[in-house]
Amino acid sequence: MTTLPAAQRRLRFDTERVEREDLVMFINACFVCTGQAEFYGTAGGQAVSIEFLHEYILGNYRRLYARTLAAGINHFNQGLILVNLLQQGAHGRGPAGRAEEGRLIAAALRELPPQRALKILRHLRDRRVNNRRARAVVRDYLAARPDPTFDAVKYRDHVRVLAAHAHLRLPGEMGAFLFTPRRRGAYVTPLFERWRQARYAQGAIFDLPFTVAEGIAAARGLSREETLRRAAPQMTAGEQLRLQRTAAREGVTLAFDIGRAPLTRLAVYLLSLSQEERRARREELDAALTRAATRALRRAPAPLGRVAAVLDRSHSSSGSTDKRRRPLAVALGVSALLRVAAREYRAFWTVPTPDEVLVTPRGQTDLAGPLLDALAWGAEVIVIVSDGFENDPPGTAGDLAHAFRARLDPARRTSIVHLNPVFDSERYAPRGLGPAVPTVGLRDAEDLPTVLGFARFAEGTAPLSELEHYLEGRVADMLGRGRQVHDPGRTPGTGC
Amino acid sequence: MKARPPPPPALSLRGLRAAPSQVFGNVRLTPLLRDEVRDDLRLASRTYEDPFTIVDLGERRAYLTTYAPHALVVGWTDDGSPVGSFGTTLAGGADGKRLTGQIPGVKLLDRMAKREEGNRLRLLPQHLAFEGFLSLHFKAPEIAWTEYSREAISHGLSPRSEITVGGRGVPALEDALRVFEIHEGQCGVLLFIGDALASAFIVSHPDDYRDLHRTLLEDSFAIDLIQAAQWSGPSPVLTTPIDPARVASLDDLRQQLARVRRDLATFHADHAGTLIGRPVSTDVVYKAGPFQLQRFLTELDPAQENHIGELILSRDQTVQYARTYRLSGAQTRRAYLLKQLAAHGWNLESTAASLRTTRDELIVRLHRAGFGYLLAEHVLKAAQKRTR
Repeated sequence: MTTLPAAQRRLRFDTERVEREDLVMFINACFVCTGQAEFYGTAGGQAVSIEFLHEYILGNYRRLYARTLAAGINHFNQGLILVNLLQQGAHGRGPAGRAEEGRLIAAALRELPPQRALKILRHLRDRRVNNRRARAVVRDYLAARPDPTFDAVKYRDHVRVLAAHAHLRLPGEMGAFLFTPRRRGAYVTPLFERWRQARYAQGAIFDLPFTVAEGIAAARGLSREETLRRAAPQMTAGEQLRLQRTAAREGVTLAFDIGRAPLTRLAVYLLSLSQEERRARREELDAALTRAATRALRRAPAPLGRVAAVLDRSHSSSGSTDKRRRPLAVALGVSALLRVAAREYRAFWTVPTPDEVLVTPRGQTDLAGPLLDALAWGAEVIVIVSDGFENDPPGTAGDLAHAFRARLDPARRTSIVHLNPVFDSERYAPRGLGPAVPTVGLRDAEDLPTVLGFARFAEGTAPLSELEHYLEGRVADMLGRGRQVHDPGRTPGTGC
Repeated sequence: MKARPPPPPALSLRGLRAAPSQVFGNVRLTPLLRDEVRDDLRLASRTYEDPFTIVDLGERRAYLTTYAPHALVVGWTDDGSPVGSFGTTLAGGADGKRLTGQIPGVKLLDRMAKREEGNRLRLLPQHLAFEGFLSLHFKAPEIAWTEYSREAISHGLSPRSEITVGGRGVPALEDALRVFEIHEGQCGVLLFIGDALASAFIVSHPDDYRDLHRTLLEDSFAIDLIQAAQWSGPSPVLTTPIDPARVASLDDLRQQLARVRRDLATFHADHAGTLIGRPVSTDVVYKAGPFQLQRFLTELDPAQENHIGELILSRDQTVQYARTYRLSGAQTRRAYLLKQLAAHGWNLESTAASLRTTRDELIVRLHRAGFGYLLAEHVLKAAQKRTR
């Protein structure tokens, strides 16, 4: 019977490894997958793949599943986790586990943009989830919103559905506003009153939030031009950026400083412009990119030395109809960010471009050539941004990195990391470049510091305990942030 | 001094080099890159609304097709200066007459390759080659052997028909063309379905290739190729590894990368060996300044894959345009039988002897190949009875 302890030891080691790999795969997928179609995969395939991953992790590692909420994953996956957790109910978790999960859910919901948070809660009704905890979460979320009246007008449909689903007691006129709006005369609450008047008076329409005003104006037959012009003061920054081209078409100027937009949004906007327009506004766009990058970095500074980026601008970086040019926008954003963050920086595009502002998705994916150039330049850190579908020649970048590590850099002076803005539904993970290069998913260029912090787990060398410790740290951060955010003072609906 | 007869021309990829292939499902696309691009020959695609087309070939012959969704328009200059118009300007408006009245959706075109105003030539891609293929030994038999039907003696093979499959009927081809990443400087592609060469498409200018890439979807393909590909499974992604033991510096890495590219290019060119480098018989269709439009056939050996197609060659014999079609096994066998018959003056006895079979077996074989209508009915019946 002497063999038994050894076998047990091996077994424990193996389960630990399986658990670590599962979690790394899951968090990686959660960084990047949004359930939307990609260049190489359909939306249906993505949804099936990511939902399976969620079910699998929830079934096997529930505590860590909840903690993933704090890992810096994207909104889509936060939403899926929230709905899945609420669907499961709180029983069987123990008091401590229940409390942590509850606080994480509340904190995650609070950090989400309101339209997303409400939509996620609304999924509870679609899935017919109505347990006590789910009702309490809905109640607390709505109660903690800084301006419930504004929410009731701007997100009227969501709030009405949630109020009915969670049996909420509504304060003051809100019940009447949501459920029987036309059955009474004037409201006392000013915003409700403006909403009522908007049906009869044009002037009142443009006191309402833009999305509401847009609908009423269209129903009343106002021209698009007039709507845009008069509703401009009510627009959020995100709406102003989104409507730049519509406004230009209608001959309306929406004064908006594009340098205020988040980095990736700005990159997406930039790539949507024609070559001539980009050339004409070159200085402005370049300065805006730098400003957005600097701002993104202020939140999480990442001091770096001599950095090279291998950036994929191949045809596949044009994304899909759901995510137009997203992979290229992420590459452009990362480039802008690294230029600000690094002491010395150089970008190596797969097809060289004379000017980054003019970059377009074009050509084949040759990562090996630019990677060699980056190595020859003597970079300390090489960041590869690519969807991982390398085809000129296939699989060679990983081979090169392996040979470089094995023969020329055994001391690991140069670190190479691959950031992938695309989720490959068939592999349940962003597609990698081989074992020599760790691959991490990246949805927004702004998340670069978070994702780089996670890269050491993707490499597969850090043990499970370290990953758990890392997650605990993130959870403590998130819950700490939650307490700060809780105080009022934010204007609703101004986020991008 | 007597000039030696030139060697049989072979299709070569001179001036072009293969880049690593891209695979989607069982479709493999191998890009062909051109180092020296010339701009005195440009191509554009002209879309037709009515795919059903009748082409008047002259000499009281006509070519009918239910599938001609586009034509190619070739523009060239005689003195090597760049072609002024390209893209949609070169393509121009749709030509041909519409059949009015009782049959809607039918178009009448004049000639397979038709000279238009300016230095422009309109041609029906692939159909030009099909027409050449279908009209092989079309007027036979020259001697009124009694075995042949009266129809065959007076009208030859008419009507002769073959069936092909349109590109939209090829699984995964549409997606493969969509996700394919066109290289900088790419002027052509080798298309493999189930890793069998289905067609080669080459143009003279990279911009034209970008425009015409999607027209591969409107090409025709042999039916047995598609059927075989159903069972082939996904094609493997081909690459050659880099051996770390041979690397001692960054220069070595660079050399290894160059070696990988070289190896893959050689491999892909060899992979297309059923077409590239095969001796072909050619037939000049049109001479346009320094360019020659030809159609070609490989030697119709039933033991091998056989291709037909059309080419435009410049004066230095480099391929400026090519579009090919891989014949199905049955199509090859039919053409082979006709070739053998023609070689023996349509005499059944001597043809049978050369094929090492009997006259009756040959008659049955002709019938099975779809040429029963050439033979007198009593001859066919008797042969069938004797061989049963």
